[in-house]
Order: sequence, then structure tokens, then C-alpha cells
Amino acid sequence: MIDPHESTARTAQTTDEPANGTMPPPIRRITLDSQPTVALPPSQDAVAIANTGDRSLAAAGRPARGVAGPERMTISGLSVYYGDNHAVKNVSLPIRQGEVLALIGPSGCGKTTLLRTLNRLTELTGSARREGLITLDGTDIDSLEVTEHRRRVSMVFQQPNPFPMSVFDNVAYALREQGSKRPKKKVLEPYVVDALQRAGLYDEVASNLDHPALRLSGGQQQRLCIARALAARPEGLLMDEPCSALDPKSTNVIEELIVELRKELAIVIVTHNLQQAYRVGDHVAFMYLGDLVEYGPTDDLFDNPKAARTRDYIGGAFG
Amino acid sequence: MSVPTRPGGAAPPLPPLPLPRSPGGGGRQGRSPKKRRVNESISTWRLTDRIGYVLMWAAGLLLCAIGIGILAYMAFKGVQYLRPQLVLTSPTADIDQSSSGGFLDPLLGTILITLIGIAIATPIAIGAATWIVEYGRPTWLARLIDSGIEIIAGTPDIVIALFGLVLFQQGIFGWMSFTATGGAVFGRSFLTAGAMMSLIALPMVFAATREGLQSIPLHIREASYALGKTKAATIRRVLLPSVKANISTGAALGMGRIAGDTAIIVVLLGASLTLDPEGDVPGLNVLKGTGGTLTSYVYNNSPAGEGNAPQKAYAAAFVLLLIVLALNFAVDLIARSGAKTGLETSRLGAR
Ligand SMILES: Nc1ncnc2c1ncn2[C@@H]1O[C@H](COP(=O)(O)OP(=O)(O)OP(=O)(O)O)[C@@H](O)[C@H]1O
Ligand SMILES: [Mg+2]
Repeated sequence: MIDPHESTARTAQTTDEPANGTMPPPIRRITLDSQPTVALPPSQDAVAIANTGDRSLAAAGRPARGVAGPERMTISGLSVYYGDNHAVKNVSLPIRQGEVLALIGPSGCGKTTLLRTLNRLTELTGSARREGLITLDGTDIDSLEVTEHRRRVSMVFQQPNPFPMSVFDNVAYALREQGSKRPKKKVLEPYVVDALQRAGLYDEVASNLDHPALRLSGGQQQRLCIARALAARPEGLLMDEPCSALDPKSTNVIEELIVELRKELAIVIVTHNLQQAYRVGDHVAFMYLGDLVEYGPTDDLFDNPKAARTRDYIGGAFG
Repeated sequence: MSVPTRPGGAAPPLPPLPLPRSPGGGGRQGRSPKKRRVNESISTWRLTDRIGYVLMWAAGLLLCAIGIGILAYMAFKGVQYLRPQLVLTSPTADIDQSSSGGFLDPLLGTILITLIGIAIATPIAIGAATWIVEYGRPTWLARLIDSGIEIIAGTPDIVIALFGLVLFQQGIFGWMSFTATGGAVFGRSFLTAGAMMSLIALPMVFAATREGLQSIPLHIREASYALGKTKAATIRRVLLPSVKANISTGAALGMGRIAGDTAIIVVLLGASLTLDPEGDVPGLNVLKGTGGTLTSYVYNNSPAGEGNAPQKAYAAAFVLLLIVLALNFAVDLIARSGAKTGLETSRLGAR
């Protein structure tokens, strides 16, 4: 399944500037993602936008598919309600290590809700109610201590949200025990550096780890958030539109990072960018109004979607 | 698909509204030779707007004048009479101004009472504010605490002082002040006055902390929870450090209020000329004893008081003013540095 040519194509692409045509044009910033709060039904608009991408170009810049590892998390019959609003309807999905699961769907279809439920963050919303079973390595996540579960399955949000402290402290906070100031900076430093390196940020901040995190650029902030999420060595990483606030270059950096990370982690990424889903996703799940409409290997889903709704949404996404 | 209408698009342009031109107008048509930008002219305004405009200016200037006037007068009088000797010697009761000493004790008293008051107020205020913002359940209790603090903030200091006197003359508070052989508790000391002073500063620290916490967007908290941190850890390591500047601002304001208060000093500290320690435990004896502050010293030495040493009163008042101004300046400084590193400049808007 792994094509050596594909991987060389990818390495070549990493060094090239995005402008030289080895990757699809960065159309997403001005289109689907620009107004995430506006409901975008699978309309002619979406098709037209998606049409501007070129499948062959996307394929050329695309990394090799991951090798599916063991199933780490299983969602079965998951429903989430906000009061009377049935936001996620009876969704069942596997999440495997070694591959990236991309969640796509129009705005308001419940992707964020599903993701937050995996991290048990929906519990913080007073009106939210959950049904169904989610397991992590076979254990019902409800039976795990919630803070421990969240350490094992970490989350990166749509908005970069570093803490108002230094770059170092942002990562160190994740590493330390609850509220403790120990271990000291000296002891933590190699771990912090490691996390920053894994998130591809270290070279940019190495000279000044005491720099306030809020003065980094948006892309750097997001990678800091990823570093923070990675620091405690989680087993799963949930990413909610991690690139929607970023420019094409930072997006590119983060996508490469995701592909790199999937070897050791089970990754779920929510994205409005179909090309991104195609590039980094190994499996894609398409949701619509809370329903899981279709789930399958990325190529299958994009080449011959089985459901009419999927076809409408991604219809001709790559010409 | 809606195409934004462009000028010259499908819709026919509206005829221009017949708006009155400014009398001195016409500047927009054609270039004036000096290329002066034509600003809005007040002469086009309605009469009431013009009157309001002038009044606003007048009010602003008046306040400036009052502020500068007080400062200039106090500086003039104060500098005139202020000698290093005054700050370094203790006062003595003497009708002769040349031998009645300085105001070292009142100065120390001001510092001491301010520190005691703020040391009591700050932790309580931070705790209450944090509880209200981060927990706040049950709602009725939160509302009760809120109104309680509002009442404290609105109570005149003389009322607080009298309440404190009644309270601290109870037997169980005997350890805080002088207790006569019969068991009667005096109720006046740095400890009791400081405790009541904390009520003056508390609402300011509370409001500043609460405002700071409320301005932290929800997703910062969620980011912490998502890392597997408890609420307590989030509060201690993320939220409270983020509102440090707010807390300091509130504390500095509160200290200014304490330093400037007179009623509590007169009622609860004895407003004596010197520090009068009580008992023989060093340190504690000062806290248990009575004393005075710059405010009571100024009052006593002013023509209104009995000391009748107006020159020293001016000098002391000037020092007091400097202390309060320094605290205000500190507030500004903190607020500005807070704006530099705090959440205000972050890229994250509130959710
Ligand atoms: N905190 C909340 N309280 C009440 N309802 C909510 C809340 N969060 C989301 N919802 C509702 O749940 C539904 C799904 O929302 P969700 O945020 O999961 O959509 P989404 O697929 O992530 O959309 P987007 O692509 O725009 O981010 C929506 O109808 C939304 O109104
Ligand atoms: Mg979302």
C-alpha cells in the first residue's frame, strides 16, 4: 500500500514553496472556512469551491497512507443532546492508532460536539447529555478518572489558545502534576524541548523560551498548543479544525506534523477543508445534521461515495 | 449566490439627500490653495449640542484645575515646611511648634495600618471573587455574597468604624487590644483598626479580581481541562496568575483608600500622637497598641484640631498626598504593564 514514489513526492514537496504547483492552491482560506458559523449545506457552492482543486495535484502532494494499527478508541451508539437539540445521533466509529480519522461535514453537523465528547469536555456544558458507549483500549471512558482520561486523549482547539504565560511554562504546565510547581525547570527542560521539537516549533522559539506565548504568531501559537497537548505523551490526539485560523504555510507545517505523529498516536481531525481531509486522512467520516452518513477509507470515500449526501458534499471535490 | 452590489450596479443610485451645508463650507469642492483638511465645524451643530460641548470642556477643565490646584497648593505649603527632621522624629505634645517634634510615628502608623488592612483584604477578596466567577453555585449564595460586598462598599467608613468598635469590644476579641483588669476590652488597636480597614479595601480588590477572571475567555479554561488538569489546578496555575495585574491594581487602589481614611483611625486606632505599644511581646505589642496615622495627625494639627501646628499639618498632608499619588501611579504602571502581557492584547477574542 505504501508507494515509495508517493513518499518521495512528499519529501520533495516539503522543501518546495507551495506556489510552484506541487500542491493544491490554498483555496480554503477564502472559502469554506472563512465563516464557520454560517451553515453551509452541501450545495452547488461547496461543489464549485471544491472543484477548483485538482485531484492529481492533491494526490501528488499527499503523503502515503498510514498503516492502520490497533483500534484504540471505539465509539458505539453515541448520541449527544444539548437540551432538546439532538446534536450527535447514534454514531459508531473506530479510532485506530497509526492512522488519521478525518471528520468532515457541513457546519453545525456535530463534529465539534463529537470530538469534545471523546475528551469528555461536553460534560462541562450544563445542558449536554450523552448516550452510548465510548471505550479507550476496551475500557469505558466513564469509568476512567476524567483528568487521567484527558491526559491520555488530548485535544487541540480551533482557536489557538495558549495560556497567558511563557512558551516554556505553557508546555511545562502540561507536564507537571496538578497545580504543582515541581519538578523544577531544570528537570523539565529536556521534555519541554522534546515536545516543542515534535510540534515543529522548537527552532523558532529556541532562543527565547521565556517569551510570552501570546506574542507568538497565530501559527506558532497553534503549534505551541499542539506541543502542549503532546507533552504529556497522550495516546490519542483530537484536533478541531486546527488550521482554520492559519495561513497556508502554517497549515502545511501542521499537516506534515499530523502525518508524522500518527505513527505513535491515534488522531482524529475535524476539518472543513476537503483537500486537507484528503491529504491527511486515512479514514474519513462524513457527518450531516448529527448523523454519521458515511465512513470509509479516504480514497474510497472520495472516489466513489456511497451515500447521495456525501456525493453532494464532496461531489467532484477533485474534478 | 448573492453578489455584493457594486457602485453602478443594478440598483439605481438614490438621489442625494438635501442636507444643509455648513456655513463656512464649500471646502470640499475644489482644492483650497493651502491644502488644509476641512474638519467638522462646530458652527453647524444644534444650539443644545454646542452648549453641551462647551459644558463638557468646562467640566473637564474645571476638574483639571481643581486637581492641579490641590497639588500645587499642597506642594507649595508642604515643601515650604517639610524638613527631613520632621519625617525622622517622633511627635511630642507641646504647644510650642518648634519643640513638638515631627511625624515619624504617624508615618509609620499609616504604613502599618495600610499593610495590615491590605494583608487581610487581599486573600479574602481573591477567594470570594474566584469562588463567584469559577463556582458561583448555588446562585442565591453568589448573589448574597455579591450584595454583601456591595453593602460593605457603600457603607460610610464612620459606620464601619463604629461597628468595629462594638464588635471588638466583645470579650472574645480581647487578645486584639488592651484589656483592663476588670475585663473590659478597649477595642482600639492596630489589629482592630486594620481589620476594619480591610473592609474598605476589600470591595476594590474583589471587583478588580472578578473583572479580570471574567475577562478570561472560556476556551482558556477548557484548554487546561483538556490537558487533564483539575479545576483547582487551573485556577491556581492559569487563572490567578493571569489576573495578577488586576489584583495588584485593586490592591493599590485599596491601599490608597486605607491610607487616606480618617474615621476608622479616630474611632478604632485612638488617633494618638505616637505609637503606644501594649503588652510586652515585641512586634505584637505594637499591633495590640494604639497609634495614629498621617490623616489623624493632619487633622489634629490643623486649625480644626487641638495641636494647632498648621505648618506641620501641611507638611504631613503633603507626605500623605505623595503616598497616595505614588500608589495611584503604581496602579497606572501595573495596569499598563498588564495590558502589555495580559490577555487584552492576545489574539483570542472572547468566545
Ligand atoms: N454549548 C452548546 N450548547 C448548546 N448547543 C450547542 C453547544 N455547542 C453546540 N451546540 C449545538 O450542537 C450542534 C452541533 O454543533 P457543533 O459545534 O458540534 O457543530 P460543528 O459540526 O462542529 O460545526 P462547525 O463546523 O461550524 O464547527 C449545533 O446545532 C449547535 O447549535
Ligand atoms: Mg466545530
